Amino acid sequence: MDIAFYITAAVTLISTVMVITRHNPVHALLYLVISLLSLAMIFFLLGAAFAALLEIIIYAGAIMVLFIFVIMLLNLGEETAAQEKKWLKASVWTGPAIMAGILLFEFYYLISSSDAVLYNEPNIGPRPVALSLFREYLIGVELAAMLLMAAVVGAAHIGRHKKVVLHRFLKEKEMS
Amino acid sequence: MNEIFRYILMIVIMLFTLTTIAAWLIWLERRMLALWQDRYGPNRAGPFGLLIVAADTIKLFFKEDWIPPFADKVIFVIAPTIVAAAVLMSFVVVPFAPGILVSDLNVGLLFFLAMSSLGVYSIVLGGWASNNKYSLLGALRGASQMISYEVFMGLSLMGVVMLSGSFRLTDIVLAQKDYWFVFTQPVGFVLFLIAGIAETHRLPFDIPEAESELVAGFHSEYSGMKFGMFFIGEYLGITLVSAMVVTVFFGGWLGPSFLPPLVWFALKTFVFILLFILLRASLPRPRYDQLMEYGWKIILPIALLNLLITGAVALLMY
Repeated sequence: MDIAFYITAAVTLISTVMVITRHNPVHALLYLVISLLSLAMIFFLLGAAFAALLEIIIYAGAIMVLFIFVIMLLNLGEETAAQEKKWLKASVWTGPAIMAGILLFEFYYLISSSDAVLYNEPNIGPRPVALSLFREYLIGVELAAMLLMAAVVGAAHIGRHKKVVLHRFLKEKEMS
Repeated sequence: MNEIFRYILMIVIMLFTLTTIAAWLIWLERRMLALWQDRYGPNRAGPFGLLIVAADTIKLFFKEDWIPPFADKVIFVIAPTIVAAAVLMSFVVVPFAPGILVSDLNVGLLFFLAMSSLGVYSIVLGGWASNNKYSLLGALRGASQMISYEVFMGLSLMGVVMLSGSFRLTDIVLAQKDYWFVFTQPVGFVLFLIAGIAETHRLPFDIPEAESELVAGFHSEYSGMKFGMFFIGEYLGITLVSAMVVTVFFGGWLGPSFLPPLVWFALKTFVFILLFILLRASLPRPRYDQLMEYGWKIILPIALLNLLITGAVALLMY
């Protein structure tokens, strides 16, 4: 079990680093998909199969496809790759890397000093997840639903446009 | 050790059987299409044209495996494998008969949905990596179609989950001991079938390919065994959706005891595969915008309504 965890964690870390360092946006997104899949695998190893599958269905299966969809439409060519290459200079990433390193060290210290158990509950089924979602955290779920509803209404409003009549006889009438 | 060996044996047998089935479906489909359209179909190679499968395979293997110089080579090669891998992974949770399954996950139905949602990448990446206008158009259509119909696929199955109270596929099958879920969830069944056809992008919903408008859609640039991979992925997809329809709505392996459970399962699945072929033989392809409009304006409200009513009934009855 431990070996499986370390392998998956290594895959997650490597693929996440690859997301940042790739110059081609589609390749970067593919590494992000791998990263999400391996994250789901970690959830699975920790016993949260339900969360793992939701991660795959929602993030890897739907949201990432939409990301790739948009990037395909933008048709970014060599120029963007060159620009990315320019942006990814050492002077740009050293600052954030040092900060992240400090955080990582702190995280390591907190984990090693506390007696947190890694694998506590083996295999949490969908039922307890549903119960905690719709009992304890009901208000959070409702608020998230409202937020999503607002986003959908906003998207529908932005996407709305007047119907343009393209017929050559009706065009004049539309213009006047 | 024995347990692990049993798993490996099961996986190997399943892999072999499924790829063989996918290959023979090519022959079956062409013969049945011919039958329903008053033609002969392939009848020269071997008895009933059965050897057409061997001929097709040999042809695919010896064709020049051409990667266009303008393509993104790595992704171009990876793309066809994704669909076959994703579909084969889904078979992990399909219970063929009591004891004949690889893994009885307590979230089996979600696993199926997750794997079928990963299959989209095959089309999207294949179309994008080909660097061809027709392929890109096919990929865009495929992505939007499959993402949309995934939503309805999930929603149409939730009624069954409510009635059986489990995501585990064996539990769902055993919950149908008295009556099949197709009788209590007829709307869910029809919606799942439609969404399943759209997910496997089969005719009448083969809009990502649409050979009359887009040359061959997302796989225009593919040839040889890479094209064969897409082809096999499609037939495996048909088998998978048929198997899932049988498992979720038609009582899986359950049936009168004069036949063994596995035979019942195979028979029911075969009927649905034939239905898929019949649909291909008889229905015209809708326009792309019609398909999307149909999905979001008709199927989504029906699916939600079905869910609402099922929930209310389940709450009152149990």
